Amino acid sequence: MEAKIALTGNPNSGKTTLFNELTGARQHVGNYPGVTVEKKEGTYIHNGDKIHVVDLPGTYSLTAYSEEEVVARDFLVNENPDVVIDIVDAANLERNLYLAIQFLEMGVPVCIALNMIDAAKSRGVEINAERLSTLLGNPVIPTIARTGKGKKELITAAVKMAQERERKDPLKISYGDDLDEAILEMEKAIKTSNFLTDTYQARWVALKYLENDKQILSKGKGINPSVSARLEEIVEKVSLHLQRTLNIYPEAMIADQRYGYINSIIKQGVIQHKYDQNRLYTSDKIDKVVTNRFLGPIIMIAVLIALYQFTFTYSEVPVGWFESFFGWLGDTASAHLPDGLLKSLVVSGVIDGVGGVLGFVPLIMFMFLGIALLEDSGYLARVAFMLDRVFRTFGLHGSSVMAYIVSGGIAGGCAVPGVMATRTLKSPRERLATLLTVPFMSCGAKLPVFVLLIAAFFAKNEATIMLAITLISWAGALLVAKFLRVTIIKGESTPFVMELPPYRLPTFKGLAIHTWERTWQYIKKAGTVILGISIILWAMMTFPGLPGSRVQEFDNMRETVKVAAGETAVRELEASREETKLSGQSEALQNQLIIIDGKEAEEGLRNSVAGRMGIALEGVSKWAGFDWRTNIALVGGFAAKEVVVSTLGTAYSLGEVDPEETGSLSETLANTPGWSPLVALSLIIFTVFYAPCFVTVVMIVRESGSWKWGVFSMAFNTVLALVLATLVFQIGSIMGILVS
Amino acid sequence: MEKIMMRKMKDNQSGVISAIKVGGELGRRIRDMGLVPGATVKIQGRAPLYDPVAIRVMGFTLTLRNNEADHIEVEVG
Repeated sequence: MEAKIALTGNPNSGKTTLFNELTGARQHVGNYPGVTVEKKEGTYIHNGDKIHVVDLPGTYSLTAYSEEEVVARDFLVNENPDVVIDIVDAANLERNLYLAIQFLEMGVPVCIALNMIDAAKSRGVEINAERLSTLLGNPVIPTIARTGKGKKELITAAVKMAQERERKDPLKISYGDDLDEAILEMEKAIKTSNFLTDTYQARWVALKYLENDKQILSKGKGINPSVSARLEEIVEKVSLHLQRTLNIYPEAMIADQRYGYINSIIKQGVIQHKYDQNRLYTSDKIDKVVTNRFLGPIIMIAVLIALYQFTFTYSEVPVGWFESFFGWLGDTASAHLPDGLLKSLVVSGVIDGVGGVLGFVPLIMFMFLGIALLEDSGYLARVAFMLDRVFRTFGLHGSSVMAYIVSGGIAGGCAVPGVMATRTLKSPRERLATLLTVPFMSCGAKLPVFVLLIAAFFAKNEATIMLAITLISWAGALLVAKFLRVTIIKGESTPFVMELPPYRLPTFKGLAIHTWERTWQYIKKAGTVILGISIILWAMMTFPGLPGSRVQEFDNMRETVKVAAGETAVRELEASREETKLSGQSEALQNQLIIIDGKEAEEGLRNSVAGRMGIALEGVSKWAGFDWRTNIALVGGFAAKEVVVSTLGTAYSLGEVDPEETGSLSETLANTPGWSPLVALSLIIFTVFYAPCFVTVVMIVRESGSWKWGVFSMAFNTVLALVLATLVFQIGSIMGILVS
Repeated sequence: MEKIMMRKMKDNQSGVISAIKVGGELGRRIRDMGLVPGATVKIQGRAPLYDPVAIRVMGFTLTLRNNEADHIEVEVG
């Protein structure tokens, strides 16, 4: 037989560990439609039966306040799993049972996994699983997910439940005379008119009306407004009565009674505490140091720098392998394909585009390994705790810091994993504000642009200017986040009510699966959307190309210099390899040819779609001090920020400039009329703020769940950058600062 | 016995929650985590900038911001 099992439980209850333990590599990660909540599924073979396991998002409750909770309960009613396994942290039985009894109230078949009994035992908590099972009327199986202990017994019990398929009546808790009476009255009204009863239990609907549950209320109104109004009337009446007599709202009463019910169960010999519940455990002793007023921030800075070093230093080697592989692929393709458009498409469009994007893969792997380590160990929650006060001022959340650091908060990061790192944020508005502002950080690809401009115009103050750029990007990101949070993403800050889980040693399996998932999601994107966009960008910089007559003229020019140099020089140059030392005459010829090639490339670029855009934009960009050459380079920077450097090289007829070696280009810029330190400063500001590269945009779309935010980030950031750069340039010009 | 708001509690001080004076999402989140009348709480410590606060309830550690702790009334001995 086949069975469908859903895993549920509180965050930090070991749910994901159990899921990994059951399904191993046989899992599939997707998204629930319309929301950014992850959907994880996998299969587990048990005695030849194929069991379909779905890992529902971890929640503390089943309200309609968070996407996760709505997703979890919708799944239960719409997909009707045969059994729900609720993973309960044995060391936190009371709070974990709060979710369990809500499942029982829904009337879904629940099998409880009493997880981490080893950790509970070491904390002096002894639980009588059989007693608990009898009292709840559902199987309770002790497990230790990280070692796989109890896994077999758990699945056996779950499968048995699935086979029996007996639907028990939902659990009925007494909520006090007033509410009980109201519930009965509502149940009657619900049953007689079959109000929502094809999907939900009558009593459950009544409870949700009392809890003022937005989702159920709007469903009810849609289906039968008159019954819905009748129910609301009953709620209103009992609510007023409760407020008058007990000064309490129904939903508060319900929560109190649920905890009361749990208390009455566990007091019947279910749990024994050997020590005082509030005594300090190892984890708390660690916290005394790690979140200490003075040591805490120091340790945190050290950990963040270590994470950064780990990611960007150790990934350098594999990134190098990727680069050389794609370099080799490009060279091979160049050597074997005939000159022409196809070659240009394959080499500059496909291989450079996809290679550039896949080059991030090792970086993303290392980044997520590091983040998974911090998250699974419990340290990330402490970082959020320590920094919340600062980030809250800007409408963000303590957890936002990770995304900023990764994106280049310490210069040299990358916004792509930065945007992906916002997943650790559970508050939707804070998360959106974070992922829209992380692209302002000084990522590794912007650095060559800064280095070029600093070398050309501010060579004496290199370190100061770099530091200033980093500070400007932080200030910009935080202020823009604040701006967004009071305008388009406004709304109350999400409550910070958050668990500080005990420190735990992460499991290797968990880290490996977590890291691989993220990396694979990224690779899939690179193969589809990103390939398409890099071809479009290539086409923009290539077409329409120079008219045939103009190409002919350049060919003629080349012929002329060749004839002038004489046949021996031409033959020597053609036979030479890169490393050959040339005679004076053929070296002169080579230089002349390079100049002609450069001129042709410049004209070609100027004539391309991107070039025409650059010229057309001059009307606006001149206020910020940019001419058409800079504009083209900035358009190219949308592909990847370091392309700004190589495109500037082409626009100044220097041929392709390697972003790592920009000496000749900086010299050219420093000596070109129209450039000044002020223009450079304006361009630096523009580069900090303008549209993120398209890989980042694609990730923003993915993580925010909507193209709207991708388009917004391109438009908003570019306008902001233009305004700031114009201000810098105009104020500088008027005051006569840095003009020469 | 004296009733004070949780924000006013000192480090390592314990007490019993007497009322949660907020509804809506915040009220729900607070209650869902087990902060209900009758629960014993103890202040575990505060973040370096004195906000948020870490508290101990039912054997686990929970954090909340000071302005959220303002809605929780605690009876201290």
